[in-house]
Amino acid sequence: MMAELLVPFGYDYMLKAMWVSALVGGVCAFLSAYLVMKGWSLMGDALAHSVVPGVAGAYILGVPFAVGAFFSGILASLGMAFVRQHSRLREDAVIGIVFTSLFALGLLMASIWPTSVSVQNIVLGNILAISDEDVVQVAIISAVSLGLLLLKWKDLMITFFDEAYARSIGLNTVMLKALFFTLLSACTVAALQTVGACLVIAMVVTPGATAYLLTDRFGRLIVISIMLGAGTSFVGAYLSYFIDGATGGVIVSLQTLLFLAAFVFAPKHGILAGRRRAAMAGAPV
Amino acid sequence: MNMIAGPASASAGVIGQAGASISVRGLTVTYNTGLRAVHDASFELDPGTICALVGVNGSGKSTIFKAIMGFVTPAAGEIRLSGRPVAEAVRRNVVAYVPQSEDIDWNFPVLVDDVVMMGRYGHMNFLRIPSRADVYKVHAALERVGMSEYRKRQIGELSGGQKKRVFLARALAQEGSIILLDEPFTGVDVKTETAIISLLRELRSAGHLMLISTHNLGSVPDFCDQVVLLNRTVLAAGPTAEVFTQANLERAFGGVLRQFNLGGAALHDDEDPRGLTVLTDDERPLVIYGDRKGQSAPPAKRPGEPTS
Ligand SMILES: Nc1ncnc2c1ncn2[C@@H]1O[C@H](COP(=O)(O)OP(=O)(O)OP(=O)(O)O)[C@@H](O)[C@H]1O
Ligand SMILES: [Mg+2]
Repeated sequence: MMAELLVPFGYDYMLKAMWVSALVGGVCAFLSAYLVMKGWSLMGDALAHSVVPGVAGAYILGVPFAVGAFFSGILASLGMAFVRQHSRLREDAVIGIVFTSLFALGLLMASIWPTSVSVQNIVLGNILAISDEDVVQVAIISAVSLGLLLLKWKDLMITFFDEAYARSIGLNTVMLKALFFTLLSACTVAALQTVGACLVIAMVVTPGATAYLLTDRFGRLIVISIMLGAGTSFVGAYLSYFIDGATGGVIVSLQTLLFLAAFVFAPKHGILAGRRRAAMAGAPV
Repeated sequence: MNMIAGPASASAGVIGQAGASISVRGLTVTYNTGLRAVHDASFELDPGTICALVGVNGSGKSTIFKAIMGFVTPAAGEIRLSGRPVAEAVRRNVVAYVPQSEDIDWNFPVLVDDVVMMGRYGHMNFLRIPSRADVYKVHAALERVGMSEYRKRQIGELSGGQKKRVFLARALAQEGSIILLDEPFTGVDVKTETAIISLLRELRSAGHLMLISTHNLGSVPDFCDQVVLLNRTVLAAGPTAEVFTQANLERAFGGVLRQFNLGGAALHDDEDPRGLTVLTDDERPLVIYGDRKGQSAPPAKRPGEPTS
């Protein structure tokens, strides 16, 4: 029995899958701390879908998929910023329009040029089949993003909390936001490999949302979020050895379970704690 | 509430205060809607001054603050803070700003302590790691606004007045020699207002320069040495006694101002021609006792307040 549980650790490809997933899961969780606070959760979804045509294009042209994905991610962010500034549409409508049109373009490209079979992998993700080349790409993206976030997390926090104040102490908030969206584009690209475009949104939302229920301090929120993201991704990849293949599904299901646990049992912001407080307030003194 | 001057507060920030000044010349601000909110406004302020910025809603008070902070780019004119251009002054933390309404997410997971610590960020290196001095200054600032006991509260779990005090503490922690306060007294009870005013007086003695917009006409003569009357442009600017007159106020507020005149005859039986005028912009009214038009406004005292 014990030996059976250790089997995945005996395979190179499983070890690779587990560590890469954990790294990507951790960085996405870092970003999720900010996205959740800003009410920009949908932005992660939008970017993940928007990079599909870039990935398809990269395969057609034979360049690394990260390059193509990155370009269409940036294009999508700029597109959304442009439409928002020059129309009176609300954010969610703009996001919806931009990302569905790019996703549709991606599917169209994939069906017209069938060489890009691996688009399938991008939409659904398949970390167990990740090539060494892709491992390198994903590892570089994640490591650089993590480094930049560690350097700038406080500046980003002030920018997201109180932009006017951030500017008033001389922070370049435009640059900081641009940095954030660049990292978000890059990391959603990395996460495509592990969970696929459809589930990337969970990676950049759920850990942050769960952590938000557990603390009132942003620094701790980030730490908890990263632990949740990296832990569930590692364990998810491990479990998927036994379930055979559905890595994204396993990772995101684990994240959802933890979210539900926090939602019910969180010491201050959980529903049980709320009930308890209400009961105590109602009780005769 | 009790706002005490902490042991360090007397000396905190005194260094470098010399020469805190604001110079606004020919300032014109046009919003991208095409609206010209401020036109050719000019005034000069020196260190150790509390200056009131007074005008009707939409007269451009907040716009002037935003221009001083560099949030809006002037279409014409020049602003200098302690002799420096705006961008440089902001970078050097010369000026601290408490906005009219905090456009922030009150559910953001930060404690009162964390918010005030943000006031220190401009002084830290790029990693923003607080030193022991930074922590001490945050405590001192919270103490001065009487919010020490709320240090560990999440920022959304405070009342409106308490929130205002926290942001005032953040401005104090920033140690700017120029402090801009956009309507600090709205939604604040009399006790807190008095405490804020005495804090501002302390800062003035330390050489700070404060520019405060307010609709609280009654308290302006209490604590402001200078007044800038605004309506799209500067109508009058200078010492309170010269500028804050009934004639000028009527010009600044036009029909907006509520005004009650009680002539001498209605007040007393003798031949004394003096009357009582109550001017109000819906907050604490200004009470002028004496000749009508043109006479300077004596400080209005609250009932029970000692005459000094
Ligand atoms: N961001 C903006 N875009 C366009 N117009 C604006 C903007 N902000 C303010 N205005 C306009 O500029 C004028 C001056 O506004 P401002 O906020 O400076 O007034 P205020 O004196 O601070 O008023 P209040 O007493 O209500 O705070 C108003 O007519 C206002 O409608
Ligand atoms: Mg205003």
